[in-house]
Amino acid sequence: MRIPPNITQNIARSLLFLATAAAVGILIFVIGFVLAGGLRHVSWSFLTGPIIDMGRSGGIFPAIIGTGLMILVAIGIAAPLGVASAIYLAEYTSVGRLTNAIRFGINCLSAVPSIIFGLFGFLLFVVMLGFGWSILSGGLSLAAMILPTIILTSEEALRSVPLQYRNVAASLGASRWQVVTKAVLPYAMPGILTGVILSIGRSMGETAVVIFTAGSAVQMPRSVFDSARTMAVHFYILAREGLSSDMAYATAAVLICAILVINISAYAMMHRLMRGRRTA
Amino acid sequence: MDRLISKLLFFAACSSTAILALIALFIFKEGVPIMIKSGLGHFIFGTVWQPLEGRFGIFPFIVGSIWVTIGALVLGVPFGVACAVFLAEFAPRSWVNFLKPAIELLAGIPSVVYGFMGVVWLAPLIRNYLGGPGLSILAASCVLAIMILPTIVGVSIDAIQAVPKTYKEGSLALGATQWQSTWRIILPAAKSGILAGVILGMGRAVGETMAVIMIAGNATQIPHSILDSVRTLTANIAMEMGFAVGEHRQALFATGVVLFFFIMILNSIALRFAKKKF
Amino acid sequence: MISRSINALAVLMGAGLIFAALACSGCSRSSANSITLAGSTAFQPFAEKLAEHYSQLHPEVRINVQGGGSAVGIQSALSGAAQIGMADLLDLPPEAKALDSTVVARDGIAIVVNPENPVRSITAQQAKEVFSGKIANWKELGGADTLIRVVSREEGSGTRRSFDTLVLGAERLSPKALFQDSNGTVRETVAADPNAIGYVSIGLVNEKVKAMTYDGIAPTHENVKSKKYPLARPIFFLTKGEPSVASKEFINYVISGEAQRNLEKEGLIAR
Repeated sequence: MRIPPNITQNIARSLLFLATAAAVGILIFVIGFVLAGGLRHVSWSFLTGPIIDMGRSGGIFPAIIGTGLMILVAIGIAAPLGVASAIYLAEYTSVGRLTNAIRFGINCLSAVPSIIFGLFGFLLFVVMLGFGWSILSGGLSLAAMILPTIILTSEEALRSVPLQYRNVAASLGASRWQVVTKAVLPYAMPGILTGVILSIGRSMGETAVVIFTAGSAVQMPRSVFDSARTMAVHFYILAREGLSSDMAYATAAVLICAILVINISAYAMMHRLMRGRRTA
Repeated sequence: MDRLISKLLFFAACSSTAILALIALFIFKEGVPIMIKSGLGHFIFGTVWQPLEGRFGIFPFIVGSIWVTIGALVLGVPFGVACAVFLAEFAPRSWVNFLKPAIELLAGIPSVVYGFMGVVWLAPLIRNYLGGPGLSILAASCVLAIMILPTIVGVSIDAIQAVPKTYKEGSLALGATQWQSTWRIILPAAKSGILAGVILGMGRAVGETMAVIMIAGNATQIPHSILDSVRTLTANIAMEMGFAVGEHRQALFATGVVLFFFIMILNSIALRFAKKKF
Repeated sequence: MISRSINALAVLMGAGLIFAALACSGCSRSSANSITLAGSTAFQPFAEKLAEHYSQLHPEVRINVQGGGSAVGIQSALSGAAQIGMADLLDLPPEAKALDSTVVARDGIAIVVNPENPVRSITAQQAKEVFSGKIANWKELGGADTLIRVVSREEGSGTRRSFDTLVLGAERLSPKALFQDSNGTVRETVAADPNAIGYVSIGLVNEKVKAMTYDGIAPTHENVKSKKYPLARPIFFLTKGEPSVASKEFINYVISGEAQRNLEKEGLIAR
């Protein structure tokens, strides 16, 4: 018996809808579960209090500061270096074998598992260079991890700028650098910033690299040479050792909220800047 | 001034390349000697990992990584492609603007949260209803499938949207339903792009560490069923990294080399597939 | 508006560079008032409590405690990543010969099962056979007809090495064993699986798991102290060369009467 095509269409559409609904459902389940279990323990004193009794009570302020400092170090190094490299690769070199080789290399490194960066960071920064377990070691390792991604996304954003923009600016007498800053960068900025912001989000959730290079100290870090926890590491330790599931959920809730805020603002910015450009 | 800036940018590009080359060299310098010493065949196919006795066979971990990845793909690819087809072909535009970012958000959730949910929810379910320790290939595959879903969905949507509209219009003009057009014309045309997404997802699954340590059990034996516990290459590196010295440490770097090559090959294949033009 | 984004990026870059410069000129790493301890996960919770007390007495000293297992403790002390390495081993391996050691406590190892498991006692011979995989079913120990799930630590763990020597002897650990990377996670895994069996430091046993009697002897504080319970090992603090003033003072604090009494209260045995 041959099933009429419009029935297969309806069946197919329902199944596809179910699949998508399931995917979104999982998202809502995970986020909802964490927020439901955690938000009720999140208070101002939780956010600003010290870690007490290894995390069984108190707050997570040291972890928040640890996360913030580590990301500052990572982005402070990877963003300028990465965007500058991307500008050079996209604007100052012509398509050639060397550039292709470099791009291939960067592509490979962007796919390397994060644990390898942890291994590398542990050996180079913690042991060989003597920084020990510190925010500096963690930030540098994170910087190495997100550098390829920032270069790739920035370069793609730069390359997506139509050639006319550059030509028009050049024909008006602009120097190469002026072409870049006045004609190309403004157009590519949403893409570049999105890449940077998403790298921030990725660093916040990253545990493998951080735990081996920045350690897991519970005290407030006094400088980048001190060891510190990030919220992700704190959550990992609390959850794994069964120290306190309330505190674990609360930490995860704060962490997920922070990541949500970062991701949503990245999208919002992308959207707004792109819409602005379309009407321009 | 312009020359100064161009020199600075050149310096930045060189530094970046140098840093990345340094990382690669570091890993190779530490890892390759032990592979040569044990013999490449013995290292990759040896089934005994007793580092404190000098025996470095990583085959059980390779098998573990492969099982877990294949499981993730078996679960994630149909799921992901279905979502992509729905979003690209059947969903109203207003829905897509909300649903696509929502699915991409799945990639933003930290892997340790997924691992934790797996331990708290999934492992007990598997243990009570299917048997085995619960901390198993199946649990890891489920969690990894969710983690790679956004990659597969994103790339597949791009691949489907890259198919020229004329294909679809021609098919509809001939009287086919939308589903028939999608299934018989568009999807086959988008095949290589979707494959690229699948391969990228595979790379991500192979590289995942924290979630796997939490829910795969980390047993060192070769698994016989999806309910068995396994240790992946990445988990092995993470568990032994802190205290490994000498040859043991080199063996972990060598594992890193194997991972590096594996992912590099996967990525090259993915790139070639993604470049297909119409 | 777009140029504002460029300005933002430029500011971010500038801030990054300035920050990097400031950070490097800030406190130097070899701050005399900072001590890092690393190693044994069995002693880690106690070290953290001691550090918390000590910091209240001496607020200018900053002590941070890492885990990783006893082998990490030895390696960190050797490489200088930690000022004090913590190791819970029966005796120190050859690579630790270059370090000075101080015994700070003694601790027993308890074999633990899930509270739902009716089997509560095990003989030395049975333990050897269970953990090497020869006995695979709980019914051979008087329990239900289900498979035994062995949970163990990784090889760098002092608890693991001590256990291997004291219980397994010449036998190898079962190839089917699951591995976790700290005492706490072994306990959590056993607590979640009714058929699991594992070993954790006695100081870390809580109401989530049940400790078994070994050869009829219960793993209680008194039994370990009186040496009746055979599965015990000392906990060492390892330092390399001449320890810093802060380290020396902390070690003296840890072996002092007050700290030792606190450790006993928390479940360890004084040295």
